[in-house]
Amino acid sequence: MKSAASSKSTHLKKQRNWKRWSIHLFPIPALIIYGLFIVYPLFAALTYSFFEWDGMVRGEFAGFKNFVDLFTLQPFSDLFWNAFGHNILYFVLQMIFQNGLAFILAYIIYKKVRGAEFLKISYFLPRLLSVIVVGFLWKLILNPNYGAFNVILENLGLEALQKAWLGDPDTALIAIILINSWYGLGFGVLIFLAGFQSIPKELLEAGKLDGATGLSMVRRILLPLMVPSIMIMTVLTFIQSFEAFELVYAMQGSEGGPYSSTDTLAVYFYRLAFGGSSGGSSSAIGLGSALAVVLFLFIAVFTALYLKYMQKKQVDM
Amino acid sequence: MNHTIWTKPFYYVFAFFVASISLYPILLMILSSFKTSTEIFTSPLAFPKSFTLETYRNLLEQIPFMTFFMNSVIVSGVSVALILVTSSLAAFYIARFTFQWNNMLFFFFLMGMMLPIKLGIVPLFILMKDLELLNTLWSLIFMYTATGIPLSILILTGFFRTMPRELEEAARIDGAGNLRILWNVVLPLMRPALGTVMIIQFIQSWNDFFFPLIFITDDMKKTIPVGMLSLFGEYSADWGALFAGLTLASLPMIILFFIASKQFMEGLTQGAIK
Repeated sequence: MKSAASSKSTHLKKQRNWKRWSIHLFPIPALIIYGLFIVYPLFAALTYSFFEWDGMVRGEFAGFKNFVDLFTLQPFSDLFWNAFGHNILYFVLQMIFQNGLAFILAYIIYKKVRGAEFLKISYFLPRLLSVIVVGFLWKLILNPNYGAFNVILENLGLEALQKAWLGDPDTALIAIILINSWYGLGFGVLIFLAGFQSIPKELLEAGKLDGATGLSMVRRILLPLMVPSIMIMTVLTFIQSFEAFELVYAMQGSEGGPYSSTDTLAVYFYRLAFGGSSGGSSSAIGLGSALAVVLFLFIAVFTALYLKYMQKKQVDM
Repeated sequence: MNHTIWTKPFYYVFAFFVASISLYPILLMILSSFKTSTEIFTSPLAFPKSFTLETYRNLLEQIPFMTFFMNSVIVSGVSVALILVTSSLAAFYIARFTFQWNNMLFFFFLMGMMLPIKLGIVPLFILMKDLELLNTLWSLIFMYTATGIPLSILILTGFFRTMPRELEEAARIDGAGNLRILWNVVLPLMRPALGTVMIIQFIQSWNDFFFPLIFITDDMKKTIPVGMLSLFGEYSADWGALFAGLTLASLPMIILFFIASKQFMEGLTQGAIK
Protein backbone atom coordinates (compact mmCIF):
# COMPACT_ATOMS: atom_id res chain seq x y z
CA MET A 1 0.00 0.00 0.00
CA LYS A 2 2.54 2.48 1.16
CA SER A 3 4.95 1.85 -1.69
CA ALA A 4 2.19 2.12 -4.31
CA ALA A 5 1.19 5.51 -2.98
CA SER A 6 4.75 6.80 -3.05
CA SER A 7 5.35 5.57 -6.59
CA LYS A 8 2.21 7.35 -7.65
CA SER A 9 3.41 10.55 -6.02
CA THR A 10 6.83 10.41 -7.70
CA HIS A 11 5.04 9.87 -10.99
CA LEU A 12 2.97 12.98 -10.37
CA LYS A 13 6.05 14.89 -9.38
CA LYS A 14 7.78 13.86 -12.57
CA GLN A 15 4.80 14.98 -14.59
CA ARG A 16 4.77 18.32 -12.80
CA ASN A 17 8.49 18.74 -13.32
CA TRP A 18 8.06 18.07 -17.02
CA LYS A 19 5.25 20.58 -17.17
CA ARG A 20 7.40 23.19 -15.50
CA TRP A 21 10.45 22.40 -17.55
CA SER A 22 8.73 22.09 -20.92
CA ILE A 23 7.91 25.79 -20.99
CA HIS A 24 11.54 26.42 -21.88
CA LEU A 25 10.92 24.72 -25.21
CA PHE A 26 8.55 27.51 -26.27
CA PRO A 27 11.09 30.01 -27.63
CA ILE A 28 13.27 27.30 -29.22
CA PRO A 29 11.71 27.13 -32.73
CA ALA A 30 11.88 30.91 -33.15
CA LEU A 31 15.44 30.94 -31.80
CA ILE A 32 16.60 28.25 -34.21
CA ILE A 33 15.15 29.86 -37.33
CA TYR A 34 16.15 33.40 -36.34
CA GLY A 35 19.60 32.30 -35.20
CA LEU A 36 20.37 30.22 -38.26
CA PHE A 37 19.11 32.58 -40.96
CA ILE A 38 19.70 36.04 -39.45
CA VAL A 39 22.32 36.03 -36.71
CA TYR A 40 24.66 33.38 -38.07
CA PRO A 41 24.99 34.86 -41.61
CA LEU A 42 25.89 38.28 -40.25
CA PHE A 43 28.56 36.84 -37.97
CA ALA A 44 29.78 34.66 -40.79
CA ALA A 45 30.09 37.71 -43.06
CA LEU A 46 32.35 39.22 -40.43
CA THR A 47 34.65 36.20 -40.38
CA TYR A 48 34.58 35.84 -44.17
CA SER A 49 35.99 39.34 -44.50
CA PHE A 50 39.21 38.28 -42.77
CA PHE A 51 39.96 35.42 -45.18
CA GLU A 52 41.26 35.03 -48.68
CA TRP A 53 38.73 33.60 -51.10
CA ASP A 54 39.03 31.75 -54.33
CA GLY A 55 35.54 31.74 -55.75
CA MET A 56 33.37 30.03 -53.15
CA VAL A 57 36.35 28.32 -51.47
CA ARG A 58 37.84 29.83 -48.34
CA GLY A 59 41.61 30.20 -48.27
CA GLU A 60 44.17 31.50 -45.79
CA PHE A 61 43.57 33.96 -42.99
CA ALA A 62 44.20 37.36 -44.52
CA GLY A 63 43.93 39.82 -41.65
CA PHE A 64 42.76 43.21 -42.82
CA LYS A 65 43.93 42.71 -46.40
CA ASN A 66 40.40 42.73 -47.86
CA PHE A 67 39.62 45.99 -46.08
CA VAL A 68 42.88 47.58 -47.22
CA ASP A 69 42.28 46.44 -50.81
CA LEU A 70 38.76 47.78 -50.75
CA PHE A 71 40.04 51.29 -49.98
CA THR A 72 43.37 51.37 -51.79
CA LEU A 73 43.17 49.18 -54.90
CA GLN A 74 41.57 50.47 -58.09
CA PRO A 75 38.83 50.25 -59.23
CA PHE A 76 37.48 49.19 -55.83
CA SER A 77 38.23 52.40 -54.01
CA ASP A 78 36.77 54.72 -56.68
CA LEU A 79 33.69 52.52 -56.93
CA PHE A 80 33.28 52.63 -53.16
CA TRP A 81 33.42 56.42 -52.84
CA ASN A 82 31.27 56.92 -55.90
CA ALA A 83 28.56 54.64 -54.48
CA PHE A 84 28.96 56.08 -50.97
CA GLY A 85 28.29 59.60 -52.27
CA HIS A 86 25.14 58.35 -53.95
CA ASN A 87 23.92 56.77 -50.71
CA ILE A 88 24.44 60.08 -48.89
CA LEU A 89 22.48 61.91 -51.58
CA TYR A 90 19.82 59.20 -51.38
CA PHE A 91 19.40 59.84 -47.67
CA VAL A 92 19.39 63.64 -47.89
CA LEU A 93 16.89 63.83 -50.76
CA GLN A 94 14.64 61.19 -49.17
CA MET A 95 14.59 63.26 -45.99
CA ILE A 96 13.52 66.32 -47.97
CA PHE A 97 11.15 64.89 -50.55
CA GLN A 98 9.67 61.92 -48.72
CA ASN A 99 9.80 62.89 -45.06
CA GLY A 100 9.47 66.66 -45.41
CA LEU A 101 6.46 66.28 -47.65
CA ALA A 102 5.02 63.53 -45.46
CA PHE A 103 5.32 65.81 -42.42
CA ILE A 104 3.42 68.62 -44.13
CA LEU A 105 0.72 66.28 -45.44
CA ALA A 106 0.29 64.63 -42.05
CA TYR A 107 -0.12 68.09 -40.51
CA ILE A 108 -2.80 68.96 -43.07
CA ILE A 109 -4.70 65.74 -42.35
CA TYR A 110 -4.29 66.32 -38.62
CA LYS A 111 -5.91 69.74 -39.05
CA LYS A 112 -9.06 67.84 -40.05
CA VAL A 113 -9.55 68.36 -43.73
CA ARG A 114 -12.49 66.65 -45.32
CA GLY A 115 -11.58 63.47 -47.17
CA ALA A 116 -8.80 62.60 -44.71
CA GLU A 117 -9.43 58.89 -45.13
CA PHE A 118 -9.26 59.15 -48.92
CA LEU A 119 -6.00 61.09 -48.69
CA LYS A 120 -4.42 58.55 -46.33
CA ILE A 121 -5.39 55.65 -48.57
CA SER A 122 -4.13 57.44 -51.70
CA TYR A 123 -0.73 58.24 -50.24
CA PHE A 124 -0.38 54.74 -48.89
CA LEU A 125 -1.41 52.79 -52.00
CA PRO A 126 2.02 52.78 -53.75
CA ARG A 127 3.51 51.15 -50.63
CA LEU A 128 1.53 47.99 -51.43
CA LEU A 129 3.34 47.38 -54.70
CA SER A 130 6.45 45.29 -54.90
CA VAL A 131 9.53 47.50 -55.33
CA ILE A 132 10.29 45.69 -58.55
CA VAL A 133 6.82 46.59 -59.86
CA VAL A 134 7.41 50.22 -58.84
CA GLY A 135 10.73 50.24 -60.67
CA PHE A 136 9.39 48.70 -63.87
CA LEU A 137 6.23 50.79 -63.87
CA TRP A 138 8.20 54.04 -63.65
CA LYS A 139 10.66 52.82 -66.22
CA LEU A 140 7.77 52.51 -68.65
CA ILE A 141 6.31 55.88 -67.61
CA LEU A 142 9.67 57.64 -68.04
CA ASN A 143 10.52 55.93 -71.32
CA PRO A 144 11.76 58.72 -73.62
CA ASN A 145 9.96 57.41 -76.72
CA TYR A 146 6.61 56.11 -75.58
CA GLY A 147 6.38 56.93 -71.88
CA ALA A 148 3.45 58.84 -70.42
CA PHE A 149 5.58 61.37 -68.55
CA ASN A 150 6.98 63.20 -71.54
CA VAL A 151 3.51 63.28 -73.13
CA ILE A 152 2.13 64.90 -69.99
CA LEU A 153 4.92 67.50 -70.09
CA GLU A 154 4.06 68.20 -73.72
CA ASN A 155 0.38 68.64 -72.88
CA LEU A 156 1.34 71.11 -70.19
CA GLY A 157 3.48 73.05 -72.64
CA LEU A 158 6.68 72.07 -70.87
CA GLU A 159 8.49 70.51 -73.84
CA ALA A 160 11.70 72.09 -72.57
CA LEU A 161 11.71 69.59 -69.71
CA GLN A 162 11.29 66.53 -71.92
CA LYS A 163 14.26 64.23 -71.76
CA ALA A 164 15.45 60.71 -71.07
CA TRP A 165 15.40 61.09 -67.30
CA LEU A 166 16.83 57.67 -66.60
CA GLY A 167 19.34 57.75 -69.45
CA ASP A 168 21.07 60.96 -68.37
CA PRO A 169 23.74 60.53 -65.67
CA ASP A 170 22.80 63.95 -64.26
CA THR A 171 19.16 63.08 -63.58
CA ALA A 172 19.00 59.27 -63.29
CA LEU A 173 19.78 59.04 -59.58
CA ILE A 174 17.51 61.93 -58.65
CA ALA A 175 14.69 60.31 -60.63
CA ILE A 176 15.18 57.05 -58.74
CA ILE A 177 15.21 58.81 -55.36
CA LEU A 178 12.02 60.70 -56.23
CA ILE A 179 10.37 57.43 -57.21
CA ASN A 180 11.48 55.93 -53.92
CA SER A 181 9.87 58.91 -52.20
CA TRP A 182 6.67 58.30 -54.15
CA TYR A 183 6.73 54.75 -52.84
CA GLY A 184 7.47 55.60 -49.19
CA LEU A 185 5.45 58.81 -48.78
CA GLY A 186 2.31 57.20 -47.34
CA PHE A 187 4.22 55.31 -44.68
CA GLY A 188 5.79 58.59 -43.54
CA VAL A 189 2.41 60.31 -43.49
CA LEU A 190 0.97 57.58 -41.25
CA ILE A 191 3.92 57.69 -38.83
CA PHE A 192 3.82 61.49 -38.53
CA LEU A 193 0.03 61.51 -38.27
CA ALA A 194 0.20 59.04 -35.38
CA GLY A 195 2.75 61.39 -33.81
CA PHE A 196 0.51 64.44 -34.18
CA GLN A 197 -2.48 62.56 -32.82
CA SER A 198 -0.63 61.50 -29.69
CA ILE A 199 -0.01 65.14 -28.70
CA PRO A 200 -2.26 65.98 -25.73
CA LYS A 201 -4.91 68.56 -26.71
CA GLU A 202 -4.34 70.49 -23.47
CA LEU A 203 -0.84 71.43 -24.55
CA LEU A 204 -2.14 72.95 -27.76
CA GLU A 205 -4.84 74.85 -25.87
CA ALA A 206 -2.24 76.18 -23.47
CA GLY A 207 -0.11 77.27 -26.39
CA LYS A 208 -3.05 79.11 -27.92
CA LEU A 209 -3.70 80.92 -24.65
CA ASP A 210 -0.09 82.01 -24.61
CA GLY A 211 -0.68 83.61 -27.97
CA ALA A 212 1.16 81.13 -30.17
CA THR A 213 -0.30 81.02 -33.67
CA GLY A 214 0.43 79.34 -36.99
CA LEU A 215 4.14 78.92 -37.54
CA SER A 216 5.27 79.75 -34.03
CA MET A 217 2.83 77.13 -32.73
CA VAL A 218 4.34 74.57 -35.05
CA ARG A 219 7.90 75.52 -34.21
CA ARG A 220 7.63 75.94 -30.46
CA ILE A 221 5.01 73.39 -29.48
CA LEU A 222 4.35 70.82 -32.20
CA LEU A 223 7.89 70.25 -33.42
CA PRO A 224 9.44 69.40 -30.03
CA LEU A 225 6.60 67.00 -29.33
CA MET A 226 7.08 65.38 -32.71
CA VAL A 227 10.69 64.44 -31.96
CA PRO A 228 9.92 60.72 -31.40
CA SER A 229 8.26 60.22 -34.78
CA ILE A 230 10.87 62.37 -36.55
CA MET A 231 13.49 60.15 -34.94
CA ILE A 232 11.80 56.97 -36.13
CA MET A 233 11.51 58.20 -39.71
CA THR A 234 15.08 59.50 -39.78
CA VAL A 235 16.52 56.21 -38.58
CA LEU A 236 14.35 54.12 -40.91
CA THR A 237 15.20 56.36 -43.87
CA PHE A 238 18.87 56.25 -43.02
CA ILE A 239 18.96 52.45 -42.88
CA GLN A 240 16.85 52.15 -46.01
CA SER A 241 19.00 54.67 -47.93
CA PHE A 242 22.19 52.82 -47.14
CA GLU A 243 20.60 49.50 -48.09
CA ALA A 244 19.12 50.89 -51.33
CA PHE A 245 19.25 48.10 -53.88
CA GLU A 246 15.98 46.93 -55.41
CA LEU A 247 14.90 50.10 -57.17
CA VAL A 248 18.32 50.73 -58.70
CA TYR A 249 18.56 47.09 -59.78
CA ALA A 250 15.08 47.14 -61.34
CA MET A 251 15.59 50.40 -63.21
CA GLN A 252 19.30 50.49 -64.06
CA GLY A 253 20.52 46.93 -63.65
CA SER A 254 23.40 45.67 -61.52
CA GLU A 255 25.86 48.13 -63.07
CA GLY A 256 24.03 51.14 -61.63
CA GLY A 257 24.08 52.82 -65.02
CA PRO A 258 24.34 55.04 -66.92
CA TYR A 259 28.09 55.30 -66.24
CA SER A 260 27.76 54.21 -62.60
CA SER A 261 25.70 57.32 -61.93
CA THR A 262 23.13 55.39 -59.88
CA ASP A 263 25.47 52.89 -58.25
CA THR A 264 24.91 52.42 -54.52
CA LEU A 265 26.90 50.47 -51.95
CA ALA A 266 24.39 47.62 -51.87
CA VAL A 267 24.38 47.33 -55.67
CA TYR A 268 28.18 47.42 -55.70
CA PHE A 269 28.17 44.77 -52.97
CA TYR A 270 25.82 42.60 -55.04
CA ARG A 271 28.13 42.90 -58.05
CA LEU A 272 31.16 41.97 -55.99
CA ALA A 273 29.47 38.94 -54.49
CA PHE A 274 27.46 37.64 -57.45
CA GLY A 275 28.01 39.73 -60.54
CA GLY A 276 31.72 39.40 -61.26
CA SER A 277 32.70 43.06 -60.97
CA SER A 278 35.87 42.23 -59.07
CA GLY A 279 38.21 43.39 -61.78
CA GLY A 280 39.41 39.87 -62.51
CA SER A 281 40.13 39.18 -58.85
CA SER A 282 38.88 35.85 -57.57
CA SER A 283 38.71 37.13 -54.00
CA ALA A 284 35.40 38.86 -54.66
CA ILE A 285 33.72 37.19 -51.69
CA GLY A 286 36.38 38.50 -49.31
CA LEU A 287 36.04 42.00 -50.71
CA GLY A 288 32.27 41.81 -50.73
CA SER A 289 32.21 40.65 -47.12
CA ALA A 290 34.59 43.46 -46.15
CA LEU A 291 32.26 45.94 -47.84
CA ALA A 292 29.29 44.40 -45.99
CA VAL A 293 31.10 44.79 -42.66
CA VAL A 294 32.03 48.42 -43.36
CA LEU A 295 28.48 49.22 -44.36
CA PHE A 296 27.06 47.42 -41.36
CA LEU A 297 29.34 49.26 -38.93
CA PHE A 298 28.57 52.57 -40.60
CA ILE A 299 24.81 52.05 -40.25
CA ALA A 300 25.08 50.77 -36.67
CA VAL A 301 27.41 53.54 -35.42
CA PHE A 302 25.46 56.40 -36.99
CA THR A 303 22.11 55.06 -35.87
CA ALA A 304 23.37 54.65 -32.30
CA LEU A 305 24.97 58.11 -32.23
CA TYR A 306 21.87 59.73 -33.63
CA LEU A 307 19.55 58.00 -31.16
CA LYS A 308 21.80 58.99 -28.28
CA TYR A 309 21.99 62.60 -29.46
CA MET A 310 18.24 62.89 -29.89
CA GLN A 311 17.59 61.28 -26.52
CA LYS A 312 19.83 63.84 -24.88
CA LYS A 313 18.15 66.64 -26.77
CA GLN A 314 14.76 65.41 -25.71
CA VAL A 315 15.82 65.43 -22.08
CA ASP A 316 17.13 68.98 -22.45
CA MET A 317 13.76 70.15 -23.73
CA MET B 1 -7.66 86.27 -40.11
CA ASN B 2 -6.76 86.80 -43.74
CA HIS B 3 -4.13 84.21 -43.14
CA THR B 4 -6.54 81.34 -42.38
CA ILE B 5 -8.93 82.22 -45.21
CA TRP B 6 -6.07 81.98 -47.63
CA THR B 7 -4.38 78.86 -46.23
CA LYS B 8 -7.29 76.45 -45.91
CA PRO B 9 -8.11 76.12 -49.64
CA PHE B 10 -4.41 76.01 -50.37
CA TYR B 11 -4.03 73.06 -47.98
CA TYR B 12 -6.84 71.25 -49.77
CA VAL B 13 -5.49 71.84 -53.24
CA PHE B 14 -2.02 70.81 -52.22
CA ALA B 15 -3.11 67.63 -50.38
CA PHE B 16 -5.32 66.46 -53.22
CA PHE B 17 -2.71 67.34 -55.82
CA VAL B 18 -0.18 65.08 -54.08
CA ALA B 19 -2.85 62.37 -53.76
CA SER B 20 -3.33 62.47 -57.51
CA ILE B 21 0.41 61.98 -58.01
CA SER B 22 0.23 58.96 -55.70
CA LEU B 23 -2.74 57.46 -57.50
CA TYR B 24 -2.23 58.35 -61.14
CA PRO B 25 0.65 56.00 -61.99
CA ILE B 26 -1.27 53.06 -60.50
CA LEU B 27 -4.39 54.01 -62.42
CA LEU B 28 -2.31 54.40 -65.56
CA MET B 29 -0.87 50.91 -65.00
CA ILE B 30 -4.30 49.30 -64.69
CA LEU B 31 -5.83 51.20 -67.63
CA SER B 32 -2.86 50.53 -69.89
CA SER B 33 -3.15 46.81 -69.22
CA PHE B 34 -6.41 46.86 -71.21
CA LYS B 35 -4.81 48.52 -74.23
CA THR B 36 -2.93 46.96 -77.10
CA SER B 37 0.71 47.96 -77.43
CA THR B 38 -0.07 50.11 -80.48
CA GLU B 39 -2.75 51.93 -78.56
CA ILE B 40 -0.31 52.57 -75.68
CA PHE B 41 2.32 53.91 -78.06
CA THR B 42 0.00 56.22 -80.00
CA SER B 43 -2.13 57.57 -77.14
CA PRO B 44 -0.54 56.70 -73.80
CA LEU B 45 -2.85 58.83 -71.66
CA ALA B 46 -6.19 58.08 -73.31
CA PHE B 47 -8.82 55.86 -71.78
CA PRO B 48 -8.70 52.35 -73.31
CA LYS B 49 -10.91 52.25 -76.41
CA SER B 50 -11.78 48.59 -76.52
CA PHE B 51 -10.85 47.17 -73.11
CA THR B 52 -9.06 44.27 -74.72
CA LEU B 53 -8.14 41.23 -72.66
CA GLU B 54 -5.70 40.22 -75.38
CA THR B 55 -2.82 41.58 -73.29
CA TYR B 56 -3.62 39.21 -70.45
CA ARG B 57 -3.85 36.26 -72.85
CA ASN B 58 -0.47 37.21 -74.33
CA LEU B 59 1.01 37.48 -70.86
CA LEU B 60 -0.20 34.08 -69.75
CA GLU B 61 1.11 32.54 -72.97
CA GLN B 62 4.53 34.14 -72.60
CA ILE B 63 5.33 33.37 -68.99
CA PRO B 64 4.06 30.70 -66.56
CA PHE B 65 2.31 33.34 -64.51
CA MET B 66 0.02 30.90 -62.73
CA THR B 67 3.05 28.94 -61.55
CA PHE B 68 4.62 32.13 -60.18
CA PHE B 69 1.33 32.99 -58.56
CA MET B 70 1.00 29.59 -56.86
CA ASN B 71 4.62 29.76 -55.70
CA SER B 72 3.96 33.18 -54.16
CA VAL B 73 0.83 31.87 -52.45
CA ILE B 74 2.67 28.87 -51.02
CA VAL B 75 5.70 30.85 -49.88
CA SER B 76 3.66 33.65 -48.29
CA GLY B 77 1.11 31.30 -46.76
CA VAL B 78 3.57 28.87 -45.19
CA SER B 79 5.92 31.55 -43.92
CA VAL B 80 3.09 33.53 -42.35
CA ALA B 81 1.85 30.35 -40.64
CA LEU B 82 5.36 29.53 -39.38
CA ILE B 83 5.81 33.09 -38.11
CA LEU B 84 2.52 32.96 -36.21
CA VAL B 85 3.37 29.64 -34.54
CA THR B 86 7.01 30.35 -33.64
CA SER B 87 6.44 33.97 -32.61
CA SER B 88 3.41 33.36 -30.43
CA LEU B 89 5.23 30.55 -28.62
CA ALA B 90 8.25 32.78 -28.02
CA ALA B 91 6.22 35.88 -27.15
CA PHE B 92 4.09 33.90 -24.68
CA TYR B 93 7.27 32.73 -22.97
CA ILE B 94 8.76 36.23 -22.86
CA ALA B 95 5.61 37.99 -21.68
CA ARG B 96 4.25 35.46 -19.18
CA PHE B 97 7.28 34.09 -17.39
CA THR B 98 9.87 36.02 -15.48
CA PHE B 99 13.06 34.06 -15.84
CA GLN B 100 16.12 36.21 -15.46
CA TRP B 101 17.18 35.80 -19.11
CA ASN B 102 13.83 36.84 -20.54
CA ASN B 103 14.72 40.47 -21.10
CA MET B 104 17.94 39.47 -22.78
CA LEU B 105 16.06 37.08 -25.01
CA PHE B 106 13.56 39.79 -25.92
CA PHE B 107 16.37 42.18 -26.76
CA PHE B 108 18.14 39.51 -28.80
CA PHE B 109 15.05 39.07 -30.96
CA LEU B 110 14.39 42.81 -31.26
CA MET B 111 17.93 43.42 -32.45
CA GLY B 112 16.85 41.65 -35.63
CA MET B 113 14.76 44.65 -36.65
CA MET B 114 17.89 46.78 -36.95
CA LEU B 115 20.11 44.17 -38.63
CA PRO B 116 20.55 44.69 -42.36
CA ILE B 117 20.25 41.01 -43.26
CA LYS B 118 20.93 41.63 -46.95
CA LEU B 119 24.56 42.18 -45.99
CA GLY B 120 24.74 38.56 -44.87
CA ILE B 121 23.65 37.30 -48.27
CA VAL B 122 26.96 35.62 -49.17
CA PRO B 123 27.03 33.36 -46.09
CA LEU B 124 23.29 32.81 -46.57
CA PHE B 125 23.85 31.68 -50.12
CA ILE B 126 26.53 29.22 -48.99
CA LEU B 127 24.32 28.07 -46.11
CA MET B 128 21.40 27.42 -48.46
CA LYS B 129 23.72 25.55 -50.78
CA ASP B 130 24.99 23.36 -47.93
CA LEU B 131 21.44 22.67 -46.76
CA GLU B 132 20.51 21.87 -50.39
CA LEU B 133 17.78 24.48 -50.26
CA LEU B 134 18.84 26.50 -53.30
CA ASN B 135 16.13 26.54 -55.95
CA THR B 136 13.50 25.41 -53.48
CA LEU B 137 10.58 27.34 -52.06
CA TRP B 138 11.86 26.39 -48.58
CA SER B 139 14.81 28.75 -48.91
CA LEU B 140 12.34 31.63 -49.23
CA ILE B 141 9.97 30.30 -46.59
CA PHE B 142 12.77 30.09 -44.01
CA MET B 143 14.08 33.56 -44.91
CA TYR B 144 10.71 35.25 -44.59
CA THR B 145 9.97 33.41 -41.36
CA ALA B 146 13.34 34.48 -39.94
CA THR B 147 13.04 38.12 -41.02
CA GLY B 148 9.45 38.27 -39.76
CA ILE B 149 10.08 36.88 -36.28
CA PRO B 150 11.53 40.03 -34.59
CA LEU B 151 8.66 42.41 -35.41
CA SER B 152 6.05 39.73 -34.74
CA ILE B 153 7.50 38.94 -31.33
CA LEU B 154 7.50 42.67 -30.53
CA ILE B 155 3.85 43.07 -31.46
CA LEU B 156 2.65 39.84 -29.82
CA THR B 157 4.62 40.37 -26.61
CA GLY B 158 3.16 43.86 -26.30
CA PHE B 159 -0.31 42.42 -26.71
CA PHE B 160 0.24 39.54 -24.25
CA ARG B 161 1.33 42.03 -21.62
CA THR B 162 -1.89 44.01 -21.86
CA MET B 163 -4.04 40.90 -21.34
CA PRO B 164 -5.37 40.02 -17.87
CA ARG B 165 -4.00 36.78 -16.42
CA GLU B 166 -7.16 35.60 -14.62
CA LEU B 167 -8.41 33.34 -17.40
CA GLU B 168 -5.04 31.63 -17.66
CA GLU B 169 -4.88 31.11 -13.90
CA ALA B 170 -8.32 29.54 -13.97
CA ALA B 171 -7.29 27.14 -16.71
CA ARG B 172 -4.08 26.34 -14.86
CA ILE B 173 -6.00 25.38 -11.73
CA ASP B 174 -8.10 23.11 -13.92
CA GLY B 175 -4.84 21.34 -14.78
CA ALA B 176 -4.28 22.60 -18.32
CA GLY B 177 -0.69 22.61 -19.59
CA ASN B 178 1.03 25.68 -21.01
CA LEU B 179 0.46 24.63 -24.60
CA ARG B 180 -3.24 24.05 -23.97
CA ILE B 181 -3.54 27.43 -22.22
CA LEU B 182 -1.83 29.19 -25.09
CA TRP B 183 -3.87 27.46 -27.77
CA ASN B 184 -7.33 27.32 -26.15
CA VAL B 185 -7.39 30.33 -23.87
CA VAL B 186 -4.91 33.00 -24.98
CA LEU B 187 -4.71 32.85 -28.76
CA PRO B 188 -8.46 33.16 -29.40
CA LEU B 189 -8.33 36.48 -27.52
CA MET B 190 -5.39 37.67 -29.59
CA ARG B 191 -7.06 37.80 -32.98
CA PRO B 192 -6.45 41.53 -33.62
CA ALA B 193 -2.70 41.22 -32.92
CA LEU B 194 -2.44 38.02 -34.95
CA GLY B 195 -4.24 39.75 -37.80
CA THR B 196 -1.76 42.63 -37.71
CA VAL B 197 1.17 40.24 -37.82
CA MET B 198 -0.40 38.31 -40.69
CA ILE B 199 -0.93 41.40 -42.81
CA ILE B 200 2.55 42.83 -42.29
CA GLN B 201 4.32 39.57 -43.00
CA PHE B 202 2.12 38.74 -45.94
CA ILE B 203 3.00 42.03 -47.65
CA GLN B 204 6.70 41.51 -46.97
CA SER B 205 6.88 37.99 -48.32
CA TRP B 206 4.55 38.60 -51.25
CA ASN B 207 6.51 41.61 -52.51
CA ASP B 208 10.10 40.65 -51.73
CA PHE B 209 12.34 40.30 -54.69
CA PHE B 210 15.84 40.22 -53.22
CA PHE B 211 15.95 36.66 -51.82
CA PRO B 212 14.41 34.88 -54.83
CA LEU B 213 16.79 36.86 -57.04
CA ILE B 214 19.69 35.22 -55.22
CA PHE B 215 18.30 31.79 -54.31
CA ILE B 216 16.08 30.86 -57.27
CA THR B 217 17.19 30.30 -60.84
CA ASP B 218 14.69 27.61 -61.85
CA ASP B 219 11.76 29.27 -63.66
CA MET B 220 9.26 26.87 -62.13
CA LYS B 221 10.25 27.91 -58.61
CA LYS B 222 10.03 31.66 -59.09
CA THR B 223 7.67 33.92 -57.19
CA ILE B 224 5.84 36.78 -58.90
CA PRO B 225 8.41 39.57 -58.31
CA VAL B 226 11.31 37.66 -59.91
CA GLY B 227 8.89 36.38 -62.52
CA MET B 228 8.43 40.04 -63.48
CA LEU B 229 12.17 40.24 -63.97
CA SER B 230 12.13 37.54 -66.64
CA LEU B 231 9.03 39.05 -68.24
CA PHE B 232 10.74 42.43 -68.60
CA GLY B 233 13.96 40.84 -69.71
CA GLU B 234 12.47 38.78 -72.53
CA TYR B 235 9.29 40.47 -73.73
CA SER B 236 10.12 44.13 -73.30
CA ALA B 237 8.51 45.16 -76.60
CA ASP B 238 4.97 44.08 -75.76
CA TRP B 239 3.94 46.92 -73.48
CA GLY B 240 0.37 45.72 -73.19
CA ALA B 241 1.55 42.44 -71.70
CA LEU B 242 4.05 44.27 -69.46
CA PHE B 243 1.33 46.45 -67.95
CA ALA B 244 -0.90 43.39 -67.60
CA GLY B 245 1.91 41.61 -65.72
CA LEU B 246 2.48 44.55 -63.36
CA THR B 247 -1.26 44.78 -62.73
CA LEU B 248 -1.66 41.07 -62.01
CA ALA B 249 1.36 41.16 -59.69
CA SER B 250 -0.17 44.01 -57.66
CA LEU B 251 -3.84 43.11 -57.77
CA PRO B 252 -4.00 40.60 -54.88
CA MET B 253 -2.41 43.13 -52.52
CA ILE B 254 -4.65 45.98 -53.70
CA ILE B 255 -7.80 43.87 -53.28
CA LEU B 256 -6.78 42.76 -49.79
CA PHE B 257 -6.03 46.38 -48.95
CA PHE B 258 -9.49 47.54 -49.87
CA ILE B 259 -11.02 44.76 -47.80
CA ALA B 260 -9.05 45.76 -44.71
CA SER B 261 -7.41 49.14 -45.33
CA LYS B 262 -7.50 50.19 -41.67
CA GLN B 263 -5.74 47.04 -40.50
CA PHE B 264 -3.14 47.44 -43.25
CA MET B 265 -2.28 51.00 -42.37
CA GLU B 266 -2.34 50.45 -38.63
CA GLY B 267 -0.45 47.18 -38.96
CA LEU B 268 2.40 48.57 -40.99
CA THR B 269 2.92 51.59 -38.74
CA GLN B 270 2.45 49.75 -35.47
CA GLY B 271 5.83 48.10 -35.47
CA ALA B 272 7.61 51.38 -36.06
CA ILE B 273 5.77 53.32 -33.38
CA LYS B 274 6.12 50.83 -30.56
